[in-house]
Amino acid sequence: MTALNSSQPFHPSATDRKPPSPSARRAPGVWGSLVFGLFAGGAALFTLLLLAGILLTLLIGAQPAIEKYGLGFLTRSVWDPGQGDFGALAMVYGTLATSFIALVIAVPVSFGIALFLTELAPAWLKRPLGTTIELLAAVPSIVYGMWGLLVFGPFLAAYVQQPLQNMFGEVPGLSTLFTGPPVGIGILSAGIILAIMIIPFISAVMRDVFEVTPALLKESAYGLGSTTWEVVWKVVLPYTKAGVIGGVMLGLGRALGETMAVTFVIGNMSQLDSPSLFQAANSITSVLANEFAESGGGLHEAALLYLGLVLFFITFVVLAFSKWLLLRLQRAEGART
Amino acid sequence: MDKPTQISLPPKITVRDLNFYYGNFHALKNISLNIAEKQVTAFIGPSGCGKSTLLRVFNRMYELYPGQRAEGHVMLGDQDLLDRRQNVALVRARVGMVFQKPTPFPMTIYDNVAFGVKLYEKLNPADMDDRVEWALRKAALWDEVKDKLRASGTSLSGGQQQRLCIARGVAIKPEVLLLDEPCSALDPISTGKIEELIAELKSEITIAIVTHNMQQAARCSDFVAYMYLGDLIEFGATQQIFFKPARQETEDYITGRFG
Amino acid sequence: MSIALRDDIAARRFAARQRVNRIALTLALLAMVFGVFWLVWILWETLRLGLGGLALSTLTQMTPPPNEAGGLANAIFGSVVMVALATFVGAPIGVMAGVFLAEYGNIRGLAWLASLTRFVNDILLSAPSIVIGLFVYTLAVRTFHTFSAIAGALALALLVIPVVIRTTEDMLRLVPAAQREAAYALGAPKWKVILQITLRAARAGVITGILLAVARITGETAPLLFTALNNQFWSTDLGAPMANLPVTIFKFAMSPYENWQQLAWAGVFLITLAVLFLNIVARWIARERR
Repeated sequence: MTALNSSQPFHPSATDRKPPSPSARRAPGVWGSLVFGLFAGGAALFTLLLLAGILLTLLIGAQPAIEKYGLGFLTRSVWDPGQGDFGALAMVYGTLATSFIALVIAVPVSFGIALFLTELAPAWLKRPLGTTIELLAAVPSIVYGMWGLLVFGPFLAAYVQQPLQNMFGEVPGLSTLFTGPPVGIGILSAGIILAIMIIPFISAVMRDVFEVTPALLKESAYGLGSTTWEVVWKVVLPYTKAGVIGGVMLGLGRALGETMAVTFVIGNMSQLDSPSLFQAANSITSVLANEFAESGGGLHEAALLYLGLVLFFITFVVLAFSKWLLLRLQRAEGART
Repeated sequence: MDKPTQISLPPKITVRDLNFYYGNFHALKNISLNIAEKQVTAFIGPSGCGKSTLLRVFNRMYELYPGQRAEGHVMLGDQDLLDRRQNVALVRARVGMVFQKPTPFPMTIYDNVAFGVKLYEKLNPADMDDRVEWALRKAALWDEVKDKLRASGTSLSGGQQQRLCIARGVAIKPEVLLLDEPCSALDPISTGKIEELIAELKSEITIAIVTHNMQQAARCSDFVAYMYLGDLIEFGATQQIFFKPARQETEDYITGRFG
Repeated sequence: MSIALRDDIAARRFAARQRVNRIALTLALLAMVFGVFWLVWILWETLRLGLGGLALSTLTQMTPPPNEAGGLANAIFGSVVMVALATFVGAPIGVMAGVFLAEYGNIRGLAWLASLTRFVNDILLSAPSIVIGLFVYTLAVRTFHTFSAIAGALALALLVIPVVIRTTEDMLRLVPAAQREAAYALGAPKWKVILQITLRAARAGVITGILLAVARITGETAPLLFTALNNQFWSTDLGAPMANLPVTIFKFAMSPYENWQQLAWAGVFLITLAVLFLNIVARWIARERR
């Protein structure tokens, strides 16, 4: 190598030309960089305009309903397209109740799954199970909805609703929770379907954050004689609480905004007369899915757009709340270290 | 500096009253020195002394990051590199740089070398082939890769990757080549090859090298600048710095009593 | 004496802790079984009923009236057209905005725009897809007085953008700063550094992100309900309502007609298959890169 170099050390090959003199060189790509930068900045601006556009069009479209009902819209329980009288309470209740049921089921189950995947599963099972959970998070919600309507609903009616009705049918108070035709639709069905749908989301996030807990931290806790459960509950969970909250909020956001998984099974009746978990009801998304295309303009359409605005606002609050919580946690961490 | 630099060779880069700031942190303090043309100038000193920072001023690499700023003058020939009117891309085309860790681009070996050339010259394919071969020969890499020019640059070994990066820098024929600890991630054999390269390249290119390795500075440089906490403590011919340093701090550092 | 007593207490506490541990871990195992149980059940029914309803005619014939034989050809075609169109429009915008956040976001004077964009993008990511449908309805459908495939594709494109922005920015940030510096050190202008070095280095990640976005919109139903609507017939007119799988499934599954329900299962099976396939390809690309 050295010999080769010294035999023809620095004579450039015959075709080699002198480099252009510095003054002759022209700065390359000044225009290219400008145009490219403008495109990139333009794309970023586009997203800003997109959000502004969404808010503005919804506001304008909902204007007639906003003018007529104001914020009182939220507390009116009537929804009667025939009479042209609208209120959001039944749907807001449906949305919140189904999401609440979903969280109550999904959070502990997801925690258990994440715990199992990170601490208990044998190594050969970890990858396949973890991948399965992640893939299930990608299954479209329409699949969950259809399964809920045609398979799970009848099952729920036969094996849960009717036994409950038989058991508590005579108990005042409780009985009203379980009334309804035995077809397995309603708030409870929708909540359970939502739970099944968001379990993969939440557990995938929880598993990811559990896995980044430093091994040293866990080993120190084990070194003190802690049991697996104590390590997870007292070391891993506090260490990862920001990520865990993020995962739960992600799941909640999904549940609140989900359309198809709910629309199939909630029964699509805008009523608040019965508190029964098995009565047909409506969520914001389900009423939009069912009525918007046929609303034919006017106050009905405006009221539906108003509902959309309310839904957007609710999901925004969830997002803002989780961001605020994360920020506070980070501050606390920062203050501690 | 209490002693004026005793370098009589024609300077390639002249640094005058250079100050550098990371935000509020004053990282380089009133640096003035000449880098002689077609010589190797080594910058040594403990971590955080500012030697890499100084190197990154020479090609205005610091401009990529907000909050970093330089004041003073860095003359290349009769042009002030720090002058805002100087196009930064042109500055970098004249002052090449090789980094601590090899940075092959995610493309073929051939394209890695041709990348910089294409920016400034329109060569026909045959000329480009010649240029790539020429640059790879200069980096003493040609024999190892001539049969796999279409292989990915990342498929090479660490030492080969670093020589590829040198070939890439040499291919655009810069006037100055900055080497920022080019051997810190390499094994001794690869390091030896790079040092040989430096010795040969300096007949055409002015070289500035930052190194942690005192023996390396002694072996391959003509001049040495010792820096500490943003100050230029001592600057002189390599022989003089290593055998009779003027300052006690320099001697302490070189003999390993400190740093 | 006292030592024995303390040992006794310690032993009892230890036993209690062990008990709690065993219960907790058993519950974790049950949670895993519980979660997997539902998911296996859902996939099993989809597979069973979907394969049962699937035939060659499903792919070649049009959606039928109730109680007549037919297939899903027009719906499949419409879905493919709209998803392709949405990706074609949405992905470049998303990639460019992601590039802005990663490569221009730290420039003084642009930092505010970058952090605002990041925040807005988070809002768009969490926005219910049906709200996007409402937006496109008022923007396009009401303005042009017709439901159309273009409106449907637009709604899907708006769902693609935030996903691609997020992944593109994340992936570009993973490219080592040294790569960028090395390109700049050769005197390359910014746009060439981005196009030829950083985006190329992040290519696998960016493509993965786009594929995941495509997978997401493939199954999206809500934003199509009042944009593309549906169409019983084969239509290639982008300015008219177009059949698509999700809305067809919705309509058929909710109906009381047996043959429609069967087709709905076949459709759900096809969509699940497509989405899982896209996800697996995306993962495979992401892993190849590592």
